[in-house]
Amino acid sequence: MTLSAHFRPRSEFAASGQYRLLPFRFGRLDDKRYVATNDVGEYVVLSEGDLHAFIERRLAPGSATYNALKVKHFLMDEGARSAVDLLALKYRTRLEPLSEFTGLHIFVVTLRCDHSCHYCQVSRQTEDRQHYDMSAEHAEKALAMVFRSPARDLKIEFQGGEPLLNFECIRYIVVRAEAMNAVAGKNLQFVIATNLSRLTDDMLDFCKAHRVVLSTSLDGPAELHDAQRPVRGGSSHALTLDGIQRVRRALGHDAVAALMTTTPRSLSRVVEIIDEYVRNGFHSIFLRPVSPYGFAVRSSLMRKYSADDWLRFYKAGLARILEINQAGFRLREEFTTILLQKIFSPAGTLYVDLQSPAGIGVAALVYNYDGAVYASDEGRMLAEMGDQSFRLGHVDCDTYDDMMTADALVSTLDSTMLEGVPMCSECPFLPYCGSDPVYHRVTQGDMIGHKALSEHCRRQMAVLRHLLSLLEDDAAARETLMGWM
Amino acid sequence: MLVQLSGRGLRPVGRTSASPFIARITEQPNPVMREHILRVRGEDELPEGFRAYLIDEASVALCRCDTYILPPALRYLGEGDVVRIEPLRRALHTLYRRRSRHNTLLVTERCDNYCTMCSQPPKEGDDSWLIDEALQVIDLISPETAEVGITGGEPALLGERLVEILIRLRERLPSTDVHVLSNGRRFSDERLAALVAGVEHARLMIGIPLYSDLPEHHDFVVQAKGAFEETVRGILNLKRRGVRVELRFVIHRDTAERLPAFAEFVARNLLFVDHVALMGLEPTGFAKTNLGALWMEPSEYGAELSRAVRTLVRAGAPLSVYNHALCLLPEEVRPFARQSISDWKNAYFEECDSCARRAECSGFFASAATKRPKGMTAFACAQAALTGESR
Repeated sequence: MTLSAHFRPRSEFAASGQYRLLPFRFGRLDDKRYVATNDVGEYVVLSEGDLHAFIERRLAPGSATYNALKVKHFLMDEGARSAVDLLALKYRTRLEPLSEFTGLHIFVVTLRCDHSCHYCQVSRQTEDRQHYDMSAEHAEKALAMVFRSPARDLKIEFQGGEPLLNFECIRYIVVRAEAMNAVAGKNLQFVIATNLSRLTDDMLDFCKAHRVVLSTSLDGPAELHDAQRPVRGGSSHALTLDGIQRVRRALGHDAVAALMTTTPRSLSRVVEIIDEYVRNGFHSIFLRPVSPYGFAVRSSLMRKYSADDWLRFYKAGLARILEINQAGFRLREEFTTILLQKIFSPAGTLYVDLQSPAGIGVAALVYNYDGAVYASDEGRMLAEMGDQSFRLGHVDCDTYDDMMTADALVSTLDSTMLEGVPMCSECPFLPYCGSDPVYHRVTQGDMIGHKALSEHCRRQMAVLRHLLSLLEDDAAARETLMGWM
Repeated sequence: MLVQLSGRGLRPVGRTSASPFIARITEQPNPVMREHILRVRGEDELPEGFRAYLIDEASVALCRCDTYILPPALRYLGEGDVVRIEPLRRALHTLYRRRSRHNTLLVTERCDNYCTMCSQPPKEGDDSWLIDEALQVIDLISPETAEVGITGGEPALLGERLVEILIRLRERLPSTDVHVLSNGRRFSDERLAALVAGVEHARLMIGIPLYSDLPEHHDFVVQAKGAFEETVRGILNLKRRGVRVELRFVIHRDTAERLPAFAEFVARNLLFVDHVALMGLEPTGFAKTNLGALWMEPSEYGAELSRAVRTLVRAGAPLSVYNHALCLLPEEVRPFARQSISDWKNAYFEECDSCARRAECSGFFASAATKRPKGMTAFACAQAALTGESR
């Protein structure tokens, strides 16, 4: 039935077909399709024919592609100022987290460790060297820097070595931070990244009282985990599971998260690793690649693997995870979730390693056991390999202002921004990616890097193509993925 | 409970005045309040000195000016209600009811849109007397009133007189929420947005309909080219100045298809609004004229509604679903259903008598009573308990 005669039909309100282009980037999604993205991370998948018609301004109003491009602000009618206003608003929203500035503050409270993990990023020292511990004086000065950050949400993360070996320092920092926060009024979160082998009931009581959560490593089933995370006199896997149970009993099921590190040994065993997580009641898993730093580079035990190797691992892993979800067990993959947030969330994500401008200093700061301050975790590892490019200073002799406005930091942030470097500036995946100056310095000797030679780039583009294709082509997968945000 | 708001059939007893007048009803015979109307239910004496008298029964010794016997349908009127009496037409219009949660002031019938489903079809012509009346009514409304609506037509066409109304509301009724229904287009003029924001009314919200994410589609539904553009600019102008804005989307055959896309558009672009309301169609006015073209059973758009709700909930948008009976909604949507139908046009069917969730259900529009929806089922007590739903 049609509307009563004194109402005008839809055809009278059709768009004219004369439109203007708004800024966008495009590239191949697969053999048949292209993907166009805008500065705020919205995307449209389209055929090559439609892409040409769109750019040549002959795309017909009313088609699904035209409508998608219009509502996502890739094209606008002449005079439609609201499209520009909304796009500007979205762009400001996406960049607003920058003004929050540094939210993640990593305290390396000791370099001592009881494990000898093959891929360890840290120059691990054996347990009996006392002068690899952070002092209270340095901790205090580092905390002063933490509270200089304007961020409303502050996360203090304890790392090492094995941070529980210097629990006194953790205790000191938590108590002092809470005292300083009584004035500052921020949202404070504390996390300890630990192998759990040294966990005592006293420590658990303290964590409970101060709402400290824990993050541990679970690389897979026992034989795999123990082979790459050797510990004297026992099984790391057994210690880890035992620790997880104790934490859950004392602090609640979700008080401990687990991460895995992918090694050549793990590459062919992704399903077993995932099943191990499910068996231990985890609803979150982070499929991470290994980074080319520290021990991993120096040791001949570690053969670096290519982006393609990791991609096979990731795709098989994601497929298994989606299957598990569809069978009714809630399991969220964190790397995918970060990318989904960059695609769908108006404010993007705070994940330090995928930011433009880079997350170094701006998103995260590292306070080393010796009082030195680094712009990122990887930057610290680079220093241990002899390259001080990401060392910002030292709490004893440099002020916060000096460190945060140092030319080394600012010019690195400036020169590595994706929007201004070759290949990235035209890449459709720019809004979903991040510059990684430390990675490119290590692998190519230059912070920007030639992206055609970059495994980071290769990996990012392939994962994003895979993810966008899933979202387009697999309705069941899409439903699961959208539920992860 | 259906309530008749106006009617003819006042029976004058004795002399009456000639012109229409507005006054507040009181049931207290002492002290005498000269501007008030005295409501008398029994056979009491009528003390002299009131503006008028509304009684149920004729009795002896009545000789006050402007005494009227109420027809049965209007005998609900009582303490605190505000009415306009038109003596020569023997008509009474209820302008405000103290015990109702749904009081609205109609401030104009002119509009610059012409929505195909408009429940209050626009009329041309100078109706500024409505504004003057509204100002009078505001002076008579009880200060403990929770909420007052301002509707039309298009209230923003009043320009500075709308601002005058808002100022009067702020001064006389500082604890009363004010909900203005507007298409938002006039607020594309920054000066008007600034004037409204300048009132600094602490409890003001402007409810603005948006019927699609596609400009040309919205323009068709409201029958005005350029409406989407002006409405979005109006929303932005208001929000920039801190005025609270609600987005309203009416679901019918011309809008349902893009409801999920609309939700995505809101989640991306308009998340700074203060509320989003997804609404069922009220089959009155133009909606009734176009019923054949527009009416959709809620069961027909259940999938679209679920998807839209899921998108908006994930985005963290404050969300309500209006004008839908609970049994006709998908389960995941029910927690967002509100009792939204004004009491005076709210109806239920026989099935509803035995329903365990009737008290929380918005029921149906009285105007929909002739179109029995498909799929109504009463909730049994056990069923309601099993689903564990309660609000």
